[in-house]
Amino acid sequence: MDWLTDPLGLELFQRALLEAVVMGATCGAIGAYVVLRRLAFIGDALSHAVFPGVVLAYVAGLPIFAGAMLAGTITSLAIAIVSRAQRIREDTAIGIFFAGAFALGIVLISTQSGYQRDLSAFLVGDLLGVGWDDIAVSVLAGAGVIGLLVALRKELLLVSFDRTYAQALGFPVFALELLLLLLLTATIVVSLSAVGIILVLAMLVTPAATARLLVDRFTPMMALGAALGAAYGIMGWYVSYHAGWSPGGSIVLVATALFVVAFVFSPSHGVLAHRLRRHPQHDAQRAAVDQPAGHRHGAEEGPVVASLERRHPPGH
Amino acid sequence: MSEGALRLRDLAAGYDGRWAIEGVTLDIPSGRLVGVIGPNGSGKSTLLRAVLGLVPRRQGTVVLDGAPLDRRRVAYVPQRELVDWSFPISAAQVVMMGRYPRIGPVARAGSVDREAVREGLARVGMSELADRQIGALSGGQQQRVFLARALVQGADVLLLDEPMTGVDRATELAITSLMQELRDAGATVIYATHDLEAAADVSDLLCFVNGRVVAFGPPAETFTPPTLHATFGGELMIVDSGDHAHVHGGGHHDTHEH
Repeated sequence: MDWLTDPLGLELFQRALLEAVVMGATCGAIGAYVVLRRLAFIGDALSHAVFPGVVLAYVAGLPIFAGAMLAGTITSLAIAIVSRAQRIREDTAIGIFFAGAFALGIVLISTQSGYQRDLSAFLVGDLLGVGWDDIAVSVLAGAGVIGLLVALRKELLLVSFDRTYAQALGFPVFALELLLLLLLTATIVVSLSAVGIILVLAMLVTPAATARLLVDRFTPMMALGAALGAAYGIMGWYVSYHAGWSPGGSIVLVATALFVVAFVFSPSHGVLAHRLRRHPQHDAQRAAVDQPAGHRHGAEEGPVVASLERRHPPGH
Repeated sequence: MSEGALRLRDLAAGYDGRWAIEGVTLDIPSGRLVGVIGPNGSGKSTLLRAVLGLVPRRQGTVVLDGAPLDRRRVAYVPQRELVDWSFPISAAQVVMMGRYPRIGPVARAGSVDREAVREGLARVGMSELADRQIGALSGGQQQRVFLARALVQGADVLLLDEPMTGVDRATELAITSLMQELRDAGATVIYATHDLEAAADVSDLLCFVNGRVVAFGPPAETFTPPTLHATFGGELMIVDSGDHAHVHGGGHHDTHEH
């Protein structure tokens, strides 16, 4: 068991492991929404959009977390407001603002000399560079994100599943959707030191997508996503330690590899299970089930023939 | 009877500065079943949505029992097409959403809520499929789940946006008798539909809509050739074959009617 306990001897490695677990659990939890609401593009956008905030905070000597949150919040608001105008679609608005913000970060960096090494730390993460203060921020932010996801689970689920109905019930739909973007931003910021701007998308999507293959209910999916995210953090970190690979890259590779395993072997949704289940009897059973909704078109609406006779008998 | 009423005054609503409906003034007494009919794009859905403020409402007021409308007293059954059916939730979980305003944030559903959900599912004949993934149900079954969700809200007014569209005959009958049952219990039930004849058969009041309210009243008074002509215009054909007239109307299904 030396391979398991050896790396834990140094405080440097303990810190890195803790950071990886916090990052993985937070990403895996909010990932349920990223996957089900198809927010992968927004997640990618936000991770790039926090970049100028990171650079500015670094240059000004302010806490990186604060700068990144500020940049992410401004971008979230800009996306939410511009995509409300019906002429600009949401994905277009996202494309405009995240690329713009990232460009701002790059320009800011080019004005600073001697920043090159740290730049790569933000792009791909620097797990071994985290200090206790970073971990404190990550733990607080991660607990805050997960705490709010749990506290508002009903409202966030309702808005995600049936927005119109949520509006009809009088729930503050815009505020809830903005909150989700802000939680996503906080999650991304927490993850920067572990996996960096470019790889964080994998942690937002992969654990939750794997969980979706294994369970069929929302709450278990979120819990399993968080557990998988934390587990990938631990496994990736050990791989990185023993193989001498980049920690961020190792964590994401472990996540990707295990997604592929679940995709093939999942008992309910795996490719293999589908193959094995496809025999004639099953197909016949499926055909007997009423046609699923959402794929019907006008066919059911023949011309309506109404008789006036009953309500207006002759002679009236 | 006439005290408890839903009153719409000079309501105008629409998107992009274009009115889909204008000048809507209606007094709907409680305990009535109201069928809203009109051609595609006539503003049937918009009218229902405007009552709840789901469409930009530029003008007019909505009053329920003498007070500005409290949304929690209204249950809305949206068109099925607007929902993401691949979501990993069960039929019972969807029905539970109707209880969310009562449960409030943070808190968990209590035994009263779970009992209400069980009862709601039973009333629409969906008890056995309570744990089925919502996307695995048929169109008619999904519509029943939506109806159960509206039931557990315990609302005084029900607004149903084309509940009969894309459902099987059994569901259509089930929805009709449920609407009548709720009406008999004192609720105001308003539903949009394409089916002229069925609406005229089951409704207490008909509301003919085409950008405005063309006619409003009991079927015997409103289901007349002049009203039908004014509502449907060229989309409708009235065949007067001696002792009775046939009306051909409706047509395509308007999923995105705003």
